[in-house]
Amino acid sequence: MTDSAVTVETRHLTRRFGPIVAVRDLNLTIAPGEVFGLLGPNGSGKTTTIRMLCGLLEPSEGTAIVAGVDVRESPDLIKERIGYMSQRFGLYEDLTVAENMDFFAGIYGLEGPSRRGRIAEVVSFLGLNRRLNQLAGTLSGGWKQRLGLACALMHRPPVLFLDEPTAGVDPAARRGFWSTIATLAAQGTTVIVTTHYMDEAGRCHRVGLMSQGHLIALGTPDEVAQQVGGKSLEDAFIILQERDEQEQDA
Amino acid sequence: MRRFGPMFRKEFIQMRRDRLTLGIMVGIPIIQLLLFGFAIQTDVRHIPTVVLDESRTPSSRDIVAAFQNTGNFRIVSHVDGRDALDAWIARGDAQAGIVIPQDFPRDLARGTTATIQVIVDASDPLSSQAALAAAAGVAQVRNLAILSAAAHRGALPLETRVRPRYNPGLRSPNYIVPGLVGVILTITLVLVTAMAIVRERERGTLEQLIVTPITKTELMLGKIAPYVGVGLVQMTTVLLLGRFVFDVPLTGNVALLYGVAFVFIVASLALGLFVSTLVRTQQQAMQASFFFVLPNILLSGFMFPRQAMPVFFQWIGALLPLTHFLKVLRGILLKGVGVAELWQEMLILLLFATVLIALSVRRFRKTLD
Ligand SMILES: Nc1ncnc2c1ncn2[C@@H]1O[C@H](COP(=O)(O)OP(=O)(O)OP(=O)(O)O)[C@@H](O)[C@H]1O
Ligand SMILES: [Mg+2]
Repeated sequence: MTDSAVTVETRHLTRRFGPIVAVRDLNLTIAPGEVFGLLGPNGSGKTTTIRMLCGLLEPSEGTAIVAGVDVRESPDLIKERIGYMSQRFGLYEDLTVAENMDFFAGIYGLEGPSRRGRIAEVVSFLGLNRRLNQLAGTLSGGWKQRLGLACALMHRPPVLFLDEPTAGVDPAARRGFWSTIATLAAQGTTVIVTTHYMDEAGRCHRVGLMSQGHLIALGTPDEVAQQVGGKSLEDAFIILQERDEQEQDA
Repeated sequence: MRRFGPMFRKEFIQMRRDRLTLGIMVGIPIIQLLLFGFAIQTDVRHIPTVVLDESRTPSSRDIVAAFQNTGNFRIVSHVDGRDALDAWIARGDAQAGIVIPQDFPRDLARGTTATIQVIVDASDPLSSQAALAAAAGVAQVRNLAILSAAAHRGALPLETRVRPRYNPGLRSPNYIVPGLVGVILTITLVLVTAMAIVRERERGTLEQLIVTPITKTELMLGKIAPYVGVGLVQMTTVLLLGRFVFDVPLTGNVALLYGVAFVFIVASLALGLFVSTLVRTQQQAMQASFFFVLPNILLSGFMFPRQAMPVFFQWIGALLPLTHFLKVLRGILLKGVGVAELWQEMLILLLFATVLIALSVRRFRKTLD
């Protein structure tokens, strides 16, 4: 069942919250080393999808295979193979940068010299050297996101889920963050990222456009733009979404 | 369990940085102890008393003096009529009234029964009981003296000698302070752990935590472990203050006491964990913990003897870890007894700790539903 050319595969993935269908019959395959962008307006189901892929929410129907593991069968095993940055800053604001990294390294099972070595590696990769003793709560938005990424990378996960990692971050920091993502992907990490910024969507290998819980377009950024006659990705995004809402009303 | 270490370290650092909570946890024992130790005296003395002496004779003055000498009555005023006496008690300026009728000396001299009326404000049962007992005592002593004189006997026919063991001075602090150790540990530890997991949920850090491979057991044990130390510090504070401020003896094996306290502290923390799996917000956690405080104070035997309660409430009391820990505390501290007498309570506490942790781990979900 594990296809080495696929790291994430969803099959009829569906999630309800009472009467709300947050994610409806989602079918996706994502290849290793791919940067996959999940786009869509507020409430379209991006976070819910990612949470199901991380084993944080149980699917109502369907299932997904992530890094060779079925999310329904072994949600705990998945957690060793993925990194996740939640939409809301999820680290400890009353711990310093170094303490946060030390904690997550420990929780991911790194011990002794290998822990110290890995932390040093991540610190230099993300340029956190000069912030080590600062309380996480006092970091600016851009540094918080870097620290979040650092903690999610400790155990070298083959799959990385980033839920709006650059929301509220200044353009220079966003650019830096995205070149880090590109580096990780080049090293073979699969990255699934959500965003509301169209310039970021353009940097993904492929994007999936969600509206009201289901996928309304899928392909490279160019392919998606072609679907509405070669307009910009942003125009395609708006046109396709309006079309979907009209269909829903009809 | 290899992730217990990092979890413990993280909780410890956070606890140390949370100065307010830490201050409250150390401050509460001190304030509570001083409050309970000084304010609560179950042996009621010096009840304000008014006297209506209608006979005004040496024998009536003599009997009033006898009342005063018990130490239970403090004469605050002499009044001239029954209305005035009632008014004093109604206002609450006096809690007892002694009425000596005009024919008191005559009846006494004649050998018929002479009556004294003692009126007690029974809206406060504790002090009125003490007043009633003392009044009865005064009459009894007098009666015996008069009767034995009449019977020409030099010695009394019968005397009971009561020897209060373990607390010879019948001092309230000896009873209250050991109990207070248990009460303070219960209240603060349950509250602090009940909040701990819910706080992570509210701050959004729980999501990041449960997306890691940490097991539920590692998470729960790592959360409570630093507070075991806090509990032991609290207990030591209360015991030392009790010893040096209130002169409460530390009779028995203190090392054994600390061993049992360790188990009790874990049980209390586990109870807090369990509460945290039942609620969603810090406010709910707080309310649930306070809901839990009252039965602990009322039904555990901390203030009111359990033997006096209806069986149903005795059973509820038996479901509280505090009830069993109080027996151990008083047993070791006041009576100096050991494992031979207290093994049942110790076993029950161990059972509480294990079951509560297992229940909390079972109920906790590593998902967001
Ligand atoms: N725990 C929950 N309980 C009830 N409804 C929920 C829950 N989580 C999400 N929803 C609902 O599911 C739908 C999808 O929400 P989701 O958070 O996945 O959207 P999103 O695409 O991530 O939006 P945003 O861009 O604002 O982050 C929304 O209607 C939301 O209200
Ligand atoms: Mg979202």
